[in-house]
Amino acid sequence: MSEHVDKGRRQLLTAATALTGAVGAAFAATPFLASWKPSARAKALGAPVEIDISKLEAGAMLKVEWRGKPVWVVRRTPEMLESLASVDERLADPASEASSQPEYAQNEARAIRPEYLVVLGVCTHLGCAPLSRFTRGDVELGADWPGGFYCPCHGSKFDLSGRVYKGVPAPTNLSIPPYAFVDDNHILVGQDQSRAV
Amino acid sequence: MLIKKIVFAAAMLAPAMALGEAAAHLDHAGTDIHNDASLQRGARNFVNYCLGCHSAQYVRWNRVAADLGIGEAELERNLMFTGGKSYDTIKSAMPRAQATEWFGVAPPDLSLIARSRGTDYIYTFLRTFYADPSRPAGVNNLVLPNTAMPHVLADLQGVQTPRVELVTREGATEEHIVGLTGGSPGTLSGEEYDEFVRDTVNFLDYIGEPVKAKRQSMGVWVVLFLLVFWLFTYLLKKEYWKDIH
Amino acid sequence: MKALMDWIDDRFPLTQMWNEQWGKYYAPKNLNNWYYFGSLSLVVLVLQIITGIFLTMNYKPAAADAFASVEYIMRDVEWGWLIRYLHSTGASAFFLVVYLHMFRAMLYGSYRKPRELLWIFGMVIYLVLMGEAFFGYLLPWGNMSYWGAQVIVSLFGTLPVIGAGLVEWIRGDFYISDITLNRFFALHVIALPLVLVFLVMAHLLALHEVGSNNPDGIEVKKNKGPDGHPLDSIPSHPYYSVKDLMGLAFFLVLFCGVVFFAPELGGLFLEPPNFEPANPMQTPAHIAPVWYFTPFYAMLRAVPAFFGTQVWGVLVMGGAIVLLFFLPWLDRAPVKSIRYRGPVYKVALALFVVVFVVLGYCGLKPAVQPFKTLSVVGTIYYFAFFLLMPWYTRIDSHKPEPQRVTYHAH
Repeated sequence: MSEHVDKGRRQLLTAATALTGAVGAAFAATPFLASWKPSARAKALGAPVEIDISKLEAGAMLKVEWRGKPVWVVRRTPEMLESLASVDERLADPASEASSQPEYAQNEARAIRPEYLVVLGVCTHLGCAPLSRFTRGDVELGADWPGGFYCPCHGSKFDLSGRVYKGVPAPTNLSIPPYAFVDDNHILVGQDQSRAV
Repeated sequence: MLIKKIVFAAAMLAPAMALGEAAAHLDHAGTDIHNDASLQRGARNFVNYCLGCHSAQYVRWNRVAADLGIGEAELERNLMFTGGKSYDTIKSAMPRAQATEWFGVAPPDLSLIARSRGTDYIYTFLRTFYADPSRPAGVNNLVLPNTAMPHVLADLQGVQTPRVELVTREGATEEHIVGLTGGSPGTLSGEEYDEFVRDTVNFLDYIGEPVKAKRQSMGVWVVLFLLVFWLFTYLLKKEYWKDIH
Repeated sequence: MKALMDWIDDRFPLTQMWNEQWGKYYAPKNLNNWYYFGSLSLVVLVLQIITGIFLTMNYKPAAADAFASVEYIMRDVEWGWLIRYLHSTGASAFFLVVYLHMFRAMLYGSYRKPRELLWIFGMVIYLVLMGEAFFGYLLPWGNMSYWGAQVIVSLFGTLPVIGAGLVEWIRGDFYISDITLNRFFALHVIALPLVLVFLVMAHLLALHEVGSNNPDGIEVKKNKGPDGHPLDSIPSHPYYSVKDLMGLAFFLVLFCGVVFFAPELGGLFLEPPNFEPANPMQTPAHIAPVWYFTPFYAMLRAVPAFFGTQVWGVLVMGGAIVLLFFLPWLDRAPVKSIRYRGPVYKVALALFVVVFVVLGYCGLKPAVQPFKTLSVVGTIYYFAFFLLMPWYTRIDSHKPEPQRVTYHAH
């Protein structure tokens, strides 16, 4: 073939074409990958949910669905709140340092207002929905059970703030979703307190 | 035979459309989806005059607000009279079944009306209502004869009256509408009314394909990038083909 | 890298396959600009498969949801509009490049011996592609989708005796319904794409077995060099790699121009009535197939009904496609390429192109004058072009073919 091939020019042009082609391919791939993100409809369906807590009695629990997950609201009695401090040494993460919650809910009550616990009803082990066992000294859970949540799948136990016990399969406390008080009777789940009106 | 039946059925079922296409001259709408002020006025016109009966079920309020530069608070205060949330789609207050009872047909969803009929069609349609006592709503239309839609903009435009000429064709004398004249006056002048309709049609054009403006501006960069890529491949090909004699 | 390749090659003939199918596949050096459309068809096929897969992720093949799910893709899914426009524009682009690819074969006699089977594979691809396009066109469930399917499916009803039963069987219902949509979806996204991919592989294997034709229409294998490769051939890689890449880049400029600035292309690629949901009670005022079917649709309409049946039009339309299969045996000229053919074939082919385009235009228009007459004349010419070919290609004069291909370095 040719006697005087300009190898440098050939390599330069190959590199330029390959580079532009790679950038183009990356650009072309972006829309396809991005199309997997939650769509406008998914965002609309996953919009914050408003919960009316005016009829929630002390010691009772209310369940709502938000983004396909159960959200629990527990109105805790003063006795329930008192029990929180007594179980600390039996908990894996009493200060919720390794657990998932908004900053404003990282306290002992894991709540904005201690009276109301708002928590995701999804076990942090494998995603089952724990059961509420609020009675002290529950028949199954023993005489020293101060009340809390119990996961029937693999026996994980949580206190009345959703904090996980030591020695159970669940690694962290139940997660707290972002939420805000719209007024004394309404909670908005899915939106942070700071952004609320 | 079957084809014949289909064509026949088409002829029977769509007389209004077929006639409308053949009969009416369509005026140029002259809309511009890049004109945000016009789109905002159009959105206001739409919620005030169309939304009572028509929905735009594929369009989300917050998308409109974001694209048109309307704030969330402003959106809820000025446009969302029918309630709902900003991420909802635009629904009409009127139940479909009831609408069908009132008008004979359910008012069509307007999400895609500009794409299926074209802006000129809607622009001309909304400007060519005329008084016709023989119709249930008292008006008829040049673009869509015997339309079930009442002249909801009569307050603004007034009600035009047809100019009729007698035309003799093949021995028979027919009445032909050759134009419309302003009958009872409306609150808007002729020009103001045209502008009002243009804004409204512009908004309908926008909701037909909300991404259109973004698509076009993006397209410039895509094509420029590909031209650069083509230039490199061209030089590369030239370089390698120097080998071939 | 070398070690890895050796490891693979010991277990799988990767290097061998690459060399046989492309790397060391020697193609004539005089392939001109008409030779881009084969590789472009392959690229468009891949594009359609990828965009198609992503569309199925959000599309719902049910009469109640289909139309809304397409608008969902267009508005709510991030970038969904682009994926959908790439697919809809890709459909038209596919036919455009395939038509140009077929015309290239007619220009240079690429279907002639020993490439008859190659041509037949190509024709089967074209046939399957038409089915693929037809089934896909129903999926958006717009009013044009609906009535287009109605008309085309009804064509089978014109067949004597079995017609009515056949139509019901195809639809699986007494009208084009949810059931029909669901099965068309299955055919469009799984059955026909699989067949297409296998046919394309067969087409390429056949090509690389017999070797590419060239604009001179002479067999380069007659003049081999000491290395065993034809003297006038060059390895596809890098020479045709870089050439096809350049063609691809140019194609993408035009393609993206349409996608981003005119995805409807004035109602030719996406028709206005298809932005209304399917309505079994109301046909669009003017109904026509998508542009790539219109030449055949014009032929269908050009044939009048007689003996109380319309089957003749359907037979003519089918015959127009079947005739293409026999092209390798209809052409009796002693030379292959247009370059060395006589004036008769040159005029006949030029007229054929004009007629095909005119027929396509007539098929888009309502069946009124002058389109009716034009369609009849066009149909007659179309058939005459093929049926008289054995005669006029034999009496036509020809120039002597060269021994070596004509190529001027530039």
